[in-house]
Amino acid sequence: MALRVFLQNNMNKTFTQLENFGHSLKAPSYLVQPKTADEIYETFQLAKKMGLTVTARGGGRSYNDAALNGGGIVLDTSGMKQITEWDSTTGLVTCEPGVTLQELWQKVLPDGWWPPVVSGTMFTTLGGCLAANIHGKNNFKAGPIGDHVVEFTAVLPTGAEVKCSPKKNADLFYAMIGGYGMLGVFISITLQMKHAYSGLLEIHAWPTSTLKKQLSDLEENAPHYDYIVGWLDTITIGHGQIHAARSLAAGEDPNASENMQLKNQSLPSRLFGVMPKSLLHYFMSPFFNNLGVWAVNNAKYIASLRKHTFRQSHAAFHFLLDYVPLWERSYGRSGLIQYQSFLPKETALQTWTEILSLAKKRGLPSYLGVTKRHRPDKFLLTHAVDGFSLAMDFKVTDASRARMSSMLQEFDQIVVANGGRFYFAKNSETTAETTLKFYGNETVAKFKKLKKRCDPNGLLESDLYRRIFGE
Amino acid sequence: MSDLQKIATATPLNPRKCGIIVGASDGIGAALARKLAKEGYTLALLARRKDKLTELCTEINQSTGSLSALAYVHDVANYDEVPDLLRKITADLGGLDLLVFMAGVNYPPGLNNYNFDGDRQMIEVNVIGAMAWLSPVAEMFQNAKAGQIVGISSVAGDRGRIGNPGYNTSKAALTTYLEALRNRLTRHGVNVLTVKPGFVKTDMLKAAQGGTPFAIEPEKAANDIYKAMQKRRQVIYTAFIWRYIMLIIQHVPSVIFRRMSF
Repeated sequence: MALRVFLQNNMNKTFTQLENFGHSLKAPSYLVQPKTADEIYETFQLAKKMGLTVTARGGGRSYNDAALNGGGIVLDTSGMKQITEWDSTTGLVTCEPGVTLQELWQKVLPDGWWPPVVSGTMFTTLGGCLAANIHGKNNFKAGPIGDHVVEFTAVLPTGAEVKCSPKKNADLFYAMIGGYGMLGVFISITLQMKHAYSGLLEIHAWPTSTLKKQLSDLEENAPHYDYIVGWLDTITIGHGQIHAARSLAAGEDPNASENMQLKNQSLPSRLFGVMPKSLLHYFMSPFFNNLGVWAVNNAKYIASLRKHTFRQSHAAFHFLLDYVPLWERSYGRSGLIQYQSFLPKETALQTWTEILSLAKKRGLPSYLGVTKRHRPDKFLLTHAVDGFSLAMDFKVTDASRARMSSMLQEFDQIVVANGGRFYFAKNSETTAETTLKFYGNETVAKFKKLKKRCDPNGLLESDLYRRIFGE
Repeated sequence: MSDLQKIATATPLNPRKCGIIVGASDGIGAALARKLAKEGYTLALLARRKDKLTELCTEINQSTGSLSALAYVHDVANYDEVPDLLRKITADLGGLDLLVFMAGVNYPPGLNNYNFDGDRQMIEVNVIGAMAWLSPVAEMFQNAKAGQIVGISSVAGDRGRIGNPGYNTSKAALTTYLEALRNRLTRHGVNVLTVKPGFVKTDMLKAAQGGTPFAIEPEKAANDIYKAMQKRRQVIYTAFIWRYIMLIIQHVPSVIFRRMSF
């Protein structure tokens, strides 16, 4: 009861200006930081009494409105960060939802394990990872993180605690993972880690001269690697580079146990050993305009022309986004948005050629393009397809907002017409109408039916939910 | 009307600001509501008179072509209503970036009369009513480290004059309260704007005794307020000339001032 009483008297003190990760959307909300499942339930009761809605938030790394709830309660679960069980013989780990990927890999790597699926940043929480059903550069092989969840427990707005696994409460298992926290809040998550026989990965890098070549290289090479990712220069539409990585087998790395120590995994905090990297984004921001990115992309492409093979630590390969702290600040005052579309392999080339030329024609190029290979999965609100994804970063400015908004609506039409899907930790502009089109009536109806069952009073709502499932 | 039932969700490319106007049914309040809605704000409009308020909301929503004004019937003297209503409005709007406190009453007693009931009502609405809204919103904005507060005081608060002691007092109190909030909140990134209108052609003007020089249209006052909000100004007079008039009046020595019939 303590939390509820505190909140009743101090609600205004919890009012907090929250943002998306790209600093492009602000939503003031009442921020509540529960430490236990009971406190989560108390918050639900309070919300019901006050007529407010609730959204769970973890690391706050979504590029859109998935963890925002303007004018409502935001339940920040990042304080629930116990790794409650770790078995280094089976690789099974049980965590509270606020444990970050960073805390997880740092716990398991010294024992010879690595998380089966990680995002491009390690500051995401496991609760958030499950809610968005994140994928990594190994999606074509390992599927999303949900495929490695052995079991989870969630508290529903009714106060009920449900335990779900692929066998038990399977309908909830496949809907709550990837359900963006709209059915319940995770309180305990059990994951299967995978073996790592070295702290290093072997990486092959080679250039690709066209989008067509990049996609065919991704498809042909994926089966021979564990991870594969492409960088695409979305201004020239074609220049690119592929990084494909292979985990080292037992015995391949003579210094395996030493390389798995955390000190050999840390990202350097200073550039050239001198300048703190936390200052780097100030020096990058002058390049974050059409001309600057064009120049940087060309320089990067020229540098990538040399085909090469090297070994890199897990952390350095996977968490490229964390390499420059606060990199998202380089996009300036109005921040950035990300647009990621998933397309079947048959239509990907034609669709992206179309939308990239449209962006070029409108003079609103994306500053970064990243391609990945995917496979379908069984989750209800899945974003994956047997094909590829292209993620693009766009700089937001006051002058371009309206034009960019209408351009992205056109993108959505083109993508959906070609059998594409979207990922809701990323896209911030996709409407309810478009969402209904690509999920299909049956899927949305099924999700809403589960929602009615888990959350009869409609307490769980985020800005994302209102945008894509609003009536 | 079905597409007007819900407020559009804000996105990075279609952001919106949310504001509350307390005392919006006519005069400067209605003019400011029209102006802010045109500038893209989503607004909660509060007043006692339901018919006038609904009429204004309908007019605004038709002109913007989307749901940008919501009506809430509220009497600012019902202080106890404020916490729940404030929370409901913040949730309905999907956030809160602005509070405009506009509500005010004026009961001139007449030069040779004294009227405690009128004085009391002026304090209850113009001062305590204002505090009931300003105080919780200030607390929210201080914690969010963001937001803007606009209080409509009056040139009448700059000096106690013979015509209307109660009104002078209520506006002086409001001006001081706003100044104190400004001193508290500026360091937290919150802007507090005090607006001191002179004569504005509204219903309240009809109550004024004597001449009404430099009277302006409510639309002119609303434009001045919006401009000052954008520049995050501290105190403005509208019309501007009142800054100089009041500068002189404030410096008239008491020995002269108490002999003036002004």
